[in-house]
Amino acid sequence: MARVVVDVMLKPEILDPQGQAVANALPRLGVTDVSSVRIGRRIEIEFAGEPDLERAREIADKLLANPVIEDFDIHVLDASAAEVA
Amino acid sequence: MRIGVVTFPGSLDDGDAARAVRLAGADVVRLWHGDPDLHGVDAVVLPGGFSYGDALRAGAIARFAPAMESIIDASRGGLPVLGICNGFQILCEAHLLPGALTRNQSLHFRNRDQFLRVESADTAWTNNMLVGQEILIPVKNGEGCFVADERTLDALEAEGRVVARYIRGNPNGSQRDIAAITNEAGNVVGIMPHPEHAVEALTGPSLDGLGIFTSVLRALAGATAGGHPGGQQ
Repeated sequence: MARVVVDVMLKPEILDPQGQAVANALPRLGVTDVSSVRIGRRIEIEFAGEPDLERAREIADKLLANPVIEDFDIHVLDASAAEVA
Repeated sequence: MRIGVVTFPGSLDDGDAARAVRLAGADVVRLWHGDPDLHGVDAVVLPGGFSYGDALRAGAIARFAPAMESIIDASRGGLPVLGICNGFQILCEAHLLPGALTRNQSLHFRNRDQFLRVESADTAWTNNMLVGQEILIPVKNGEGCFVADERTLDALEAEGRVVARYIRGNPNGSQRDIAAITNEAGNVVGIMPHPEHAVEALTGPSLDGLGIFTSVLRALAGATAGGHPGGQQ
């Protein structure tokens, strides 16, 4: 079944203390070549029928993302891609 | 005067908010998130807690509760609305107040008594306080970092809509030390620390929180006497 994926990310100008905490922990794994980590949220929506991108956009805009601090991106994930993922 | 206190699933401070309202001298009307009827209240308090478990973002789901739809409409007609902590988050999510509350910069939940400086006495919820007055009330939040773009922050400052600022330490990284803001009309106020926990000597660090609740009574009394909008219904 096809799903609509909504990726929500903090806007670039909004500080992400969680991402910073992760970035600061990386040297403990021996990773020293990462300059920045930012954390977002991925939401998968399954429609009863055909995936409806416009509807998903409306849901994302009204509820899933807060436009004051977050941007979102929407795409359809087809079944074959889902298997790879 | 009848002041409504809304209970959402996950509200924690509705009991204390109701108690503070009573101590200030008003009658409390307990409102339920699923009931769109505001029962003719003169003002509304959205209490602290974790409405709907903070699912998605703090306040994001509560904003669509049937009671909230009515409160959003009534606030546009002048109904005084105070959002404390999670209530502040809900007011931002509902776009009744600008900006957003994000994760504390420290990533730690902060729970302590906090000094604030009152910056505006021109709101329905601070008219019984003095500009420059320093008050001590508890703060307890994990997502209390107020953020907005520079233009919004400048506008809030220029229009006198910063209601209170953190002093002697900023507990959550809020931009410009903002602890409380109001809308253009001054009837809707969001505050991150908890005035309802500072209304009795036995349990609070001071009685400074009481001024918030006596302010709205004064605003409503003025509205009744002078016909100034603020006490609709």
